[in-house]
Amino acid sequence: MTIGIEHYVIVSSILFVLGVLGIFLNRKNVIVILMAIELILLAVNINLVAFSAFLHDLTGQIFAMFVLTVAAGEAAIGLAILVTYFRDRGTIAVDDVNRMKG
Amino acid sequence: MDWIHSLRIGAAEELLSTVGIALLVASAWGQGKRDARAITWLAVLTLIGAAAITAPTLWHGVRGPEALAFNGLLSGDAFAAFAKLLIYIAAAASLLVAPAFFEKYRAMRSEYPVLVLFAVLGMGIMVSATNLLTLYVGLELNSLSAYVLAAFLKTDERSAEAGLKYFVLGALASGILLFGMSLTYGFTGTIGFAGISAALSGHISMGALFGLTFVLSGLAFKISAVPFHMWTPDVYEGAPTPVTTFFASAPKVAALTLTMRVAIEAFGTQAAAWQQIVSFVALASILVGALGAIGQSNLKRLLAYSSINNVGFMLVGLASATPQGAAAMLVYLTIYVPMTIGGFVAILMLKDENGNQLENMAYIAGLSRTRPMLALGLGSIMFSMAGIPFFFGFWGKFVVFQSAVNAGMVWLAAAAAVASVIGAYYYLKVLKVMYFDEPVNRVTGRSDMLHEWLLASCAVFVSPLGYLVTKGLTALTMTAAGVLFPPV
Repeated sequence: MTIGIEHYVIVSSILFVLGVLGIFLNRKNVIVILMAIELILLAVNINLVAFSAFLHDLTGQIFAMFVLTVAAGEAAIGLAILVTYFRDRGTIAVDDVNRMKG
Repeated sequence: MDWIHSLRIGAAEELLSTVGIALLVASAWGQGKRDARAITWLAVLTLIGAAAITAPTLWHGVRGPEALAFNGLLSGDAFAAFAKLLIYIAAAASLLVAPAFFEKYRAMRSEYPVLVLFAVLGMGIMVSATNLLTLYVGLELNSLSAYVLAAFLKTDERSAEAGLKYFVLGALASGILLFGMSLTYGFTGTIGFAGISAALSGHISMGALFGLTFVLSGLAFKISAVPFHMWTPDVYEGAPTPVTTFFASAPKVAALTLTMRVAIEAFGTQAAAWQQIVSFVALASILVGALGAIGQSNLKRLLAYSSINNVGFMLVGLASATPQGAAAMLVYLTIYVPMTIGGFVAILMLKDENGNQLENMAYIAGLSRTRPMLALGLGSIMFSMAGIPFFFGFWGKFVVFQSAVNAGMVWLAAAAAVASVIGAYYYLKVLKVMYFDEPVNRVTGRSDMLHEWLLASCAVFVSPLGYLVTKGLTALTMTAAGVLFPPV
């Protein structure tokens, strides 16, 4: 069996769904949410690189580089906000993020 | 030569980034209260300069190939210029209201104006993007600055919580948007809007349809349209009020105009595929915004639901997918920005004798007797938001409905008009509390002079006096919206 583009798309879709579920079903702590966000972005990168190879077009790989860079910045900011939050509340459990109803 | 041309088109962005970085360095030394105020004023001046650079583009109605810069990655056309002018005004207003608020909490630091400048830079790139990559970079520059701004009041646990919620849901939205972009790239083979549009003419493949849906969902998150609205009330309530003023105005303009450009320039050849989604989202946003606001006692939450409601009305303009609809949406945005800024500035002015902020509806009871001018200003804004005829907010709703009717979507216009009556209930409830309830006399604190002027100018603009500008506004919005559609 040869590995075609559809296999890559299926794998990346599974990773994407896992990431989204990780955000919504996770009841433990916020670090897991940060990891789920990374998972989503990496799923996108698999897609981009696979399409890039499939289409013989470099754009997708350049796009993936940009996504990686932005993801690094995003993680840094997310952790910084989490530290501020922890200093105020002394906990990072998801169930405790409820000072405002909603 | 090509470079010089490109640099000239991106002049406003270059100014913002250079000054932003310079002020960032300056803020490393100047951490005092006076330095922070000085940097805030410099940032406002920069925004005025950027607006002066951008305005001629709109005036001359620049469009097409002559607007393209950097190998077609950016387009400095009249449409982008219109959106940028609104963004600059909104950002300047939220800078001006900040010092008086933060100084009370001893939290006025010079990072605030710097972050706002970077967010504005990101929004400028967003609205001029003609390529998925530029769009993504601009959007992230805006979002990353916004996450930090939401958590800016480090000592207030509500602010940190707002920052955290905004970050998690914003990052999820970016992920959904990106996934859609990767599918769009894979199934059309290009990331330029013009190329996508050409590749999608005729039959649309399943993968590209998924891409379109994911991209629109990600954008719906950013404009807080139903069903992706749940973060809005919490973030608007928790973020410091000047930051909420910013969130409700500038990024809304950027994200809505961006959605318009993506829907029309990139996916315009498949308008039938997204028109139904957009109509549904528009109606759902109007209804959820109106019904959700009814039970709220916190004024910031109330205005958050009101902004969801307003986004719904603007999407009615997009759903019609005509130049008239796009122009109507721009008219609505132009009215929405002063309305929402005025609303939040009025909330900023509600203080008790120690200068603490009051956000609860109970405190404004009988405000018309204790603070008649403040009640009048807030009242004018509420009348306008409710769309009571002859206030300027009515005009925005009118043009949007007109465009929907002309596009043959009478049912959408009718349903939205009925739903706007539900919305009128809670706006009028605010008025009833202010004018007919027994005074509680809690709002006794003095307000900042600047706040008073801002509220007064917003209130005058949304009052019936606003109709004086309708002629010029209509012409400008037609020019700007015309850019998105092929010339007839």
